[in-house]
Amino acid sequence: MGLENTLFESLPDVLTVKLDSVINWARKSSLWPATFGLACCAIEMMNTVSARNDLSRFGAETFRASPRQADVMIVSGRVSRKMAPVLRRIYDQMPEPKWVISMGACATSGGVFDNYAIVQGVDKIVPVDVYVPGCPPRPEMLIHAIMMLQEKVMNESVRDRRDTFEEESRRAIVPGTLPITMGTESETAAKTATTRPYTIASRHERRKSS
Amino acid sequence: MLDTTVLHEFVEKLKTENSAWIGDTIEAHGEVTVIVPRESIVDVCWVLKTKHGFDMLADLNGADRGPEEDPRFEVVYHLFSTKHYNRLRLKVLLSEDDPRVSTVTTVWKTADWHERETFDMFGVIFDGHPDLRRILLPSDFDGHALRKDYPLRGYEPYSLT
Repeated sequence: MGLENTLFESLPDVLTVKLDSVINWARKSSLWPATFGLACCAIEMMNTVSARNDLSRFGAETFRASPRQADVMIVSGRVSRKMAPVLRRIYDQMPEPKWVISMGACATSGGVFDNYAIVQGVDKIVPVDVYVPGCPPRPEMLIHAIMMLQEKVMNESVRDRRDTFEEESRRAIVPGTLPITMGTESETAAKTATTRPYTIASRHERRKSS
Repeated sequence: MLDTTVLHEFVEKLKTENSAWIGDTIEAHGEVTVIVPRESIVDVCWVLKTKHGFDMLADLNGADRGPEEDPRFEVVYHLFSTKHYNRLRLKVLLSEDDPRVSTVTTVWKTADWHERETFDMFGVIFDGHPDLRRILLPSDFDGHALRKDYPLRGYEPYSLT
């Protein structure tokens, strides 16, 4: 491998980086979706991971049959009212950090099924990070959605996902230890500038802003 | 036109057995439908199964003619014989005030889930059914979805709680 030969020559032995960027980089490079096919979109989702489109190029090919081992839930298809509590339970069983992709028109808004049996948008049940239009979306669109999610993951901070609010945890700091830095002004400005307008804030982001 | 004389023979045999069993006979598209009073549906099914070889209940379903009609509901029994390959259809008409009919699970075991579905979608009560509860819709569902007066979007917007 060429990397081992060149890496130590070009870089120093010790690097200083932001903890957030290292953790986020690790998270975004190994997104593990939960296997959750609901309808015809699931066929496109299978195609996304298979040879021609090959989602593993972007580090998200390891579909898990257990929500305990998954990061991303791809809601691929219409969610019936009977399935809704099941979907919510699977979401709750996924460990933090977790993200949701709403794939296709039906998962996003109910699609053509404007009736008593179908939930009109999966965001009524779980917080959604990326919406994918299409009926069904092409595998390329799903890959694009996952890459958008990776961008979003890179912009997150580990602090966003703590169970306590910022003020409470500040009060809990023992005097003399390092305070939590909020980041410089230019950093936060750059963060808001790169936030895509067409992804809504997840639960954690909303918690952060409140 | 398909020949239905064999089917009419079965109806005649039923008539000679008990004339009260047969309410009306409809023939259309080479198929024969018999309207049966609801008190005698189990007897008719039992005789057709044991004596006339209709050993298979191909389907059992409901129908709603609309809230303005009386009788409003139909329960339809599609019978098939694996011995002489004939099909016969039985119908029971029910009013809205009293949508009850006896179960035929005693004749064909397969009627169990069919009757649950008919109950689920139309609210027809099957007396004597071993386990009459919803089968397709969620157990906390309000109303019966395939009734003509059921609104397309349901009575209430969906919420998890």
